[in-house]
Amino acid sequence: MSDHEYTPKSKVGKWFNDRLPLLTLANHLTDYPTPKNLNYWWTFGGILTFCLITQIITGIVLGMHYVAHADLAFQSVEHIMRDVNYGWLIRYVHANGASMFFLAVYIHIFRSLYYGSYKSPREVIWIIGMLIYFLMMATAFMGYVLPWGQMSFWGATVITNLFSAIPLVGESITNWLWGGYSVDNPTLTRFFSLHYLFPFLILGLVVLHIWALHVPGNNNPIGIDIKKPSKDTVPFHPYIVIKDAFALLIFLLIFAFFVFFSPNILGHADNYIEANPLVTPAHIVPEWYLLPFYAILRSVPDKLLGVIAMFAAIFVLVILPWLDTSKVRSTVFRPIYKQFYWFLVADVLILGYVGAMPAEGLYLLIARVATAYYFAHFLIILPFLGLKEKTTPLPLSITEPVLGGSADMAMARNNSDFKEKL
Amino acid sequence: MKIFLKLIFLFVIISSLISSRAIAAGEQQELLKVDWSFKSFFGKFDRASLQRGYQVYTEVCASCHSLKHLSYRNLAEKGGPEFTELEAKAIASNFEVTDGPNSDGEMFERPAKLSDKFVMPYANVQEAIAANGGAYPPDMSVLVKARKGGANYIYSVLMGYDEPPAGMELDDGVYYNKYMYGNKIKMSSPLDDDIVEYADGTKATIDQMAKDVTTFLQWTAEPHLETRHKLGFRVIIYLSVLTVLVYFSMKKIWSRIETKV
Repeated sequence: MSDHEYTPKSKVGKWFNDRLPLLTLANHLTDYPTPKNLNYWWTFGGILTFCLITQIITGIVLGMHYVAHADLAFQSVEHIMRDVNYGWLIRYVHANGASMFFLAVYIHIFRSLYYGSYKSPREVIWIIGMLIYFLMMATAFMGYVLPWGQMSFWGATVITNLFSAIPLVGESITNWLWGGYSVDNPTLTRFFSLHYLFPFLILGLVVLHIWALHVPGNNNPIGIDIKKPSKDTVPFHPYIVIKDAFALLIFLLIFAFFVFFSPNILGHADNYIEANPLVTPAHIVPEWYLLPFYAILRSVPDKLLGVIAMFAAIFVLVILPWLDTSKVRSTVFRPIYKQFYWFLVADVLILGYVGAMPAEGLYLLIARVATAYYFAHFLIILPFLGLKEKTTPLPLSITEPVLGGSADMAMARNNSDFKEKL
Repeated sequence: MKIFLKLIFLFVIISSLISSRAIAAGEQQELLKVDWSFKSFFGKFDRASLQRGYQVYTEVCASCHSLKHLSYRNLAEKGGPEFTELEAKAIASNFEVTDGPNSDGEMFERPAKLSDKFVMPYANVQEAIAANGGAYPPDMSVLVKARKGGANYIYSVLMGYDEPPAGMELDDGVYYNKYMYGNKIKMSSPLDDDIVEYADGTKATIDQMAKDVTTFLQWTAEPHLETRHKLGFRVIIYLSVLTVLVYFSMKKIWSRIETKV
């Protein structure tokens, strides 16, 4: 890190800082040198922090009024919606907040994929990020169970049943998760407990995520290493703070639109029907943000292999830094990878779409092709492409392209250096 | 700003993916569409329609369908049918509730008060099923939110009773409905012209009653809809102004260096 020695000006400040260097930390955070060419795709880190804090605060308030009991949960949610002061607002912010959280995290992840932010020396940031993403999915899934509507109950039944595919111990594990022989009150109470716990684990991981980020510093759209601090960087405050604030406000406008004018469009109507173990809904679908994985799960005919494929779909992301063999980070200089990147985006969107459709006929076929392509992208295309692709010349520093200086001069060092390293 | 266009584009794609789920269900006819007063940004309830809707509910639906999440006080609250407190008290007092135990340890019957929940037509789900030929008349508190298509769906089902197409065999106690899932419904057509007599002189056609009771059910499902719309409008205005201010602050701050933001 590029911290210069910091001494607080006031005597009290110095006394305190010698004992607990919080002021040094604050100084590091405000002065933190950030590449000045970061585009708006880089604002989602701040947006995600906001989302997490919002979910925690609204969640704590909801927890004060919610009753985690199979006979009372649905009723207590209606109590929140009707009788608690602004309870409808808090619940709608929390419910839509989950969707907005995932929207932001997907953009954040795909930004990382585009600009190669997961590559050396940022692998640990990426892996912690994937852990956060995994915990987010678990948290969101358990949160969706809490209102104890039809989709809550049957979603929980389908997902927990996946563990029964494990050979030998599967059934025992499922019963252990349920706390009984079916999804019932014990399942609800433990899901509530864990749904309350996980966000704080996520918060801890977010601190590590940011800590790990502050060691090498931010990647940037050009993807080259830069000196910090230098004329290529700006201090985090006020430059990045104000830019993040602006992007956050745009995000909040969309968020507010959902909360106030379409609060239920992202949910499923069946979840306003109280859970009934005797009536199965016509189509059991998870929330939209889990659909691509749901499609992968269902595209494999064997249950156990389907579960393995689903978890593998997340695991390939974890080991991505070692699957992508290209030393060039930014897609800007990788003309062929750029095309495959957009294929992947389309592939994931297609998986999401077929995940919402019944698993039959043409939908199933599409799901299978898309699943195969998803794995092919990470396991075949990326390792191979990194070795073969001819990248375009990299600039020496980000100042050149940013200031619009002569591109030819800036690109004095071309990709031959990188070829040598390979 | 180009980036935000891209963002919005991405967003539209995602939301269209989600909404396509609704289309996939298929099988039933396209719902009738009504230009409800409570839709749109400034949507409000038609107060008179809510009051008439309550009348239809209480005189027609309430014999089978409960509204268990509502209290009688809700009828007098702002944003709802807005009966006066006296009217709401009078409505409540028509119903008997079991209270107690009293100081002798006995349960007793008393007229309902504003604070009481709506009295349910049946003591429990089993009784309701037994009394209705094996079909449970669903609780109507959040029915509008619990059905795809919402208010339009409820209205369509009420209007969708018809003679079954030739060749369709229906069991006893099963009726044909154009908009019901699978076209079969165990509820006989609940509405008939002039089945209720509106106090305000509105003609009680099936269409009118269906609209009124659907409006009422939209309110029972979303009692704070008006506050939500009003607050939402203010929040959007506030955020928009703040966004513009922050945008120009950002421009000013970034003008200190040569980089464009």
